[in-house]
Amino acid sequence: MADIRFRAGGFAPRDIPVASVATLVVCVLLWQGGAAAGWISTKFLPTPWAIAQALYALAVSGELWANLSISLQRLAIGWSIGTAAGLVVGLVVGLFTLARSPGMAVVSALFPIPKIALVPLFIIWFGIGEGSKIVTLAFGVFFPTVINVVAGVDAVPRNLIRMGQSFGLSWWAVVRKIVLPGALPTILAGFRITVSIAIVLLVAAEMIGAEKGIGAFVLAAGNLYDTDNLLAGIVLLSAMGLAASWVIGRLEKWFLRWR
Amino acid sequence: MSPAARTSSAVRLALHGVSHAFGGLRVLDGIELEARPGEVTVLIGPSGCGKSTLLAILGGMLAPGQGRVVMDGAVAPDCLNALTYVFQDFALLPWRSVAGNVALVLEGSRLSRAERAARVAEVLEITGLAEFAGAWPRQLSGGMRQRVGIARALAVRPAVLLMDEPLSALDAQTRGLLLDEFAETIARLGVTTVYVTHNLAEAVRLGQQVVVLSRRPGRIREIVRIDRPLNGRAADDADLLAIEQHLWAMIRDDAAQADRERVNG
Repeated sequence: MADIRFRAGGFAPRDIPVASVATLVVCVLLWQGGAAAGWISTKFLPTPWAIAQALYALAVSGELWANLSISLQRLAIGWSIGTAAGLVVGLVVGLFTLARSPGMAVVSALFPIPKIALVPLFIIWFGIGEGSKIVTLAFGVFFPTVINVVAGVDAVPRNLIRMGQSFGLSWWAVVRKIVLPGALPTILAGFRITVSIAIVLLVAAEMIGAEKGIGAFVLAAGNLYDTDNLLAGIVLLSAMGLAASWVIGRLEKWFLRWR
Repeated sequence: MSPAARTSSAVRLALHGVSHAFGGLRVLDGIELEARPGEVTVLIGPSGCGKSTLLAILGGMLAPGQGRVVMDGAVAPDCLNALTYVFQDFALLPWRSVAGNVALVLEGSRLSRAERAARVAEVLEITGLAEFAGAWPRQLSGGMRQRVGIARALAVRPAVLLMDEPLSALDAQTRGLLLDEFAETIARLGVTTVYVTHNLAEAVRLGQQVVVLSRRPGRIREIVRIDRPLNGRAADDADLLAIEQHLWAMIRDDAAQADRERVNG
């Protein structure tokens, strides 16, 4: 006779918020400790404390906000334009047979192009000013948004759409009350990806043709071997990503509270 | 009697020479059928015989390849959607509450906001869902979800109820409970109903005419009339059991053949 062994465990990962914070704290402490012990050269990799001091100095001098504000402005405008255009085009491609094949052909052809390679072209077309940077971001955000919205529309259960039609809902009411809310989980998940893409392109665009902004600041610090400020700029970029992710998480929590 | 209990009963549906094929697969062939005003017409037959296709054609959700569907009779003035479905999978919007799902089908109608709210409250009361008005569909059992489907259908005061295997996704106990509720509600409303099912016990419990379809392509093999009030039908009624056995004898060979056809692809 033998006891029956439990064998249905695992495959059920959970989020432990404390563990997330603790992991980051431990990494920073190890980094600081490694530098203090002489295992890490502070010439090439400054300590977290040195980076914090650099950030403080930047904040006090006003340089931090001067660079951060313009980057945030570019990010917000570029991402919003790309997202709005992607939502409209994605809906049209997702809903209309006539637009579907041509739309997906164009998106599939242009999506894989590294948008960073297009920055010099955009500078030629739109000038060295804000236009080229905004267009770079919007262009980079547009294609994944279209793909996400189409996927979201396709994922809306057809039985719900047929239900709406069977009760005589108008085409627009079906789109507004069934298709859009049904596609929302996929669309919001896509926002996380497009915000990350936008931050990457923001830095690239600012490194190629900007005097202000986090990308330009990081490039200038690198040229001067000023690793404290260079890492301070990178920390700011990471914080921007985290903040954007937090905002999207709150949006998901509110809009998808029915799940 | 509440307004919802005065749903129209004077509407007749008729199919004339209806045939349909999906690509090269012929699923319905020469269907001539009448759903009489205020009666429950039950469609039964083996899997794949075209019962649900026929229901989709009846409700205007699928254009028949051949033939026509006509509806005649007076639709009540307060009817907002003459041909109204109750779905097998409930088709509830998961992002709307129970009340929100019912309200959906009234939004955009000629009713005022207050009238819509009153109608939602009324049908939730009738279906025993009043205290769950704010619940999300995911919080409800299968039986409760189907009650929301019924409440949603009643809210538009339908002229014809088209019910596509509404109990097949539920467990046996819930099915039994809801079947009694359906019988009571349909009898009270006197609404013309077309009900698709695989379950012969449901067919004889609800049907006033039971239409037996052959295996694909579906043709009408027989129409069995059960002239007994819906409220007076007991599960152990000898006459009803005899009808059930007769129906089973009629479709048994077709069901076995249809099952083998599915295996053979």
